[in-house]
Amino acid sequence: MSQGFAPWVLDEVRAIAARYPRREAALLPVLRLLQRISGALGRAEEEMAAELLGLEPVRVREAVTFYSLFRQKPAGRHLIRVCVNLSCSMAGAERSLTSLQAKLGIGPGETTPDGTFTLFTVECLGNCDQAPCLMVDDDDYGRVREDEFDRILGRYS
Amino acid sequence: MTSKRPGLMDLTEHLFELDIYRSRGGYHAAQKALGMSPDAVLAEVRDAHLRGRGGAGFPAGVKWGFISRDGEKPVYLCINADEGEPGTFKDRWLMTHNPHLVLEGILITAYAVGARDGFIYVRGEYEAAAQRLERAIDEAQAAGFLGEEIFGTGFSLKVIVHRGAGGYVCGEETALLESIEGKRGDPRLKPPFPASAGLFRCPTVINNVETVSNVPLILRDGAEAFRKLGRPGDRGTRLFSVSGAVMKPGIYEVPVGIPLKDLIFNLAGGLPPGRTLKAVIPGGLSAPILLAEELDLPLDCDSLCRAGSMIGSGGVIVINDGTSMVDTLGIMTRFYAHESCGQCAPCRIGTSWLHKTVLRLLSGEVDRGDLAEIARVASAIKGRTLCPLGDAAALAILALITKFRTEFESYIEECQARNRTW
Repeated sequence: MSQGFAPWVLDEVRAIAARYPRREAALLPVLRLLQRISGALGRAEEEMAAELLGLEPVRVREAVTFYSLFRQKPAGRHLIRVCVNLSCSMAGAERSLTSLQAKLGIGPGETTPDGTFTLFTVECLGNCDQAPCLMVDDDDYGRVREDEFDRILGRYS
Repeated sequence: MTSKRPGLMDLTEHLFELDIYRSRGGYHAAQKALGMSPDAVLAEVRDAHLRGRGGAGFPAGVKWGFISRDGEKPVYLCINADEGEPGTFKDRWLMTHNPHLVLEGILITAYAVGARDGFIYVRGEYEAAAQRLERAIDEAQAAGFLGEEIFGTGFSLKVIVHRGAGGYVCGEETALLESIEGKRGDPRLKPPFPASAGLFRCPTVINNVETVSNVPLILRDGAEAFRKLGRPGDRGTRLFSVSGAVMKPGIYEVPVGIPLKDLIFNLAGGLPPGRTLKAVIPGGLSAPILLAEELDLPLDCDSLCRAGSMIGSGGVIVINDGTSMVDTLGIMTRFYAHESCGQCAPCRIGTSWLHKTVLRLLSGEVDRGDLAEIARVASAIKGRTLCPLGDAAALAILALITKFRTEFESYIEECQARNRTW
């Protein structure tokens, strides 16, 4: 349902849809927008996207569950994504992941009790000359060393 | 004098700004192209022998030639900026530092194939690159290089940056189309090919970011000058993303066909002192691995193909003697098991089965038949899937366990010996 969303959100969704030759093509950018606003893609977000883009709700659910950057449950305020693919692994990604886990007290897929950070491992961020690399939200960090984690995390907590 | 003119990797500061790009001769090639007939532009690119830079290496001009411009349906141009192949980061550089070159290439390509709408599919994680592109599109539009009646001609083009949302398989061209249409990124059965039924079932050209970025250079210098570099049927320069065990990892623009060892030892500075080279993955994780004694291979599509590997996306991953191939296999199987879309049973079940087997191997619980089992399952995926992901997984894994058979065998024997003492 589109009730429960601020008018500007509905306007924004319609504006995105208008950019495409067919409005259903706007589903991914609309879901990105709704996840940014709501923190996750729950039933309300799915139904709103379906209604405004003229889609069956199941089509929206299919997209939400297919793409790894979409989530159905809220995560922490900041997302840490640690690359563990080959180039990063050879540069010591497992070691930095272990140290990061110890520092945060959580494992991959988990959120710190205060809700600040959620930790994920990911397959290649396309930043391999900066291995080992990670992202916090949309910020890239390369050639990370374990003694830098306090400084990096401090920017977000 | 051609060599003095900017190539793909122009390091001019603030090149991402339109004024700076224009001061380097930017958009002159597009203006020239739009003064020619679309057929003449297409012929120029076809005669330049530009091969696709995304993975498959298909000749770009030939691909464009499959499009029927005069049909009733609109023609679409989709740019593959998903860059999910592990070890590849050159398109990120192009979009972030030289976005107007990408746009100028899109403009010329769209003109040649008769597309009025262009989509750039940028992977979800590339925030800075997407922002630079968006800004460049706004600038180009304001200056009349995109939008209506470009250069005072009747040609119009609208370009949309479409962000992905996580999923390696979306870099496969038909999955990419599904993803732009707002669906799951499930690859399609081919035929029909995108040239006849692509985006919204309309004729569609899908080109990689680096491929279209070469197009302005071809129009600027002419096909004959472009053909001066490279190898027969595979011309120009290529961007190689070099990572792993080298002193100077980074992106290097070199003529197609230089030997792999020149890239690793001359440009990327070789290995750190005390380390020796064990193997190289030459074209992103999916390219079958090469041994240290294969470094004389020239870096072009056909040479690597003949050597049983592929140039792929040009992601060169250098592996030193300190890296375990059993661990490397684990990274591969985890990756493909995670990224298989699940449509085709051989790939869905096979990649998970392989990963479970390798996890057991890594835990030390080994069996003498494990290597044969891995080879059997990988071979059972090969040739039995809709899209190249299954083949990529199978071929990369088979090459690894074949070329490093003795390492796997001694690992298994060591584990067995240790298990017996307990």
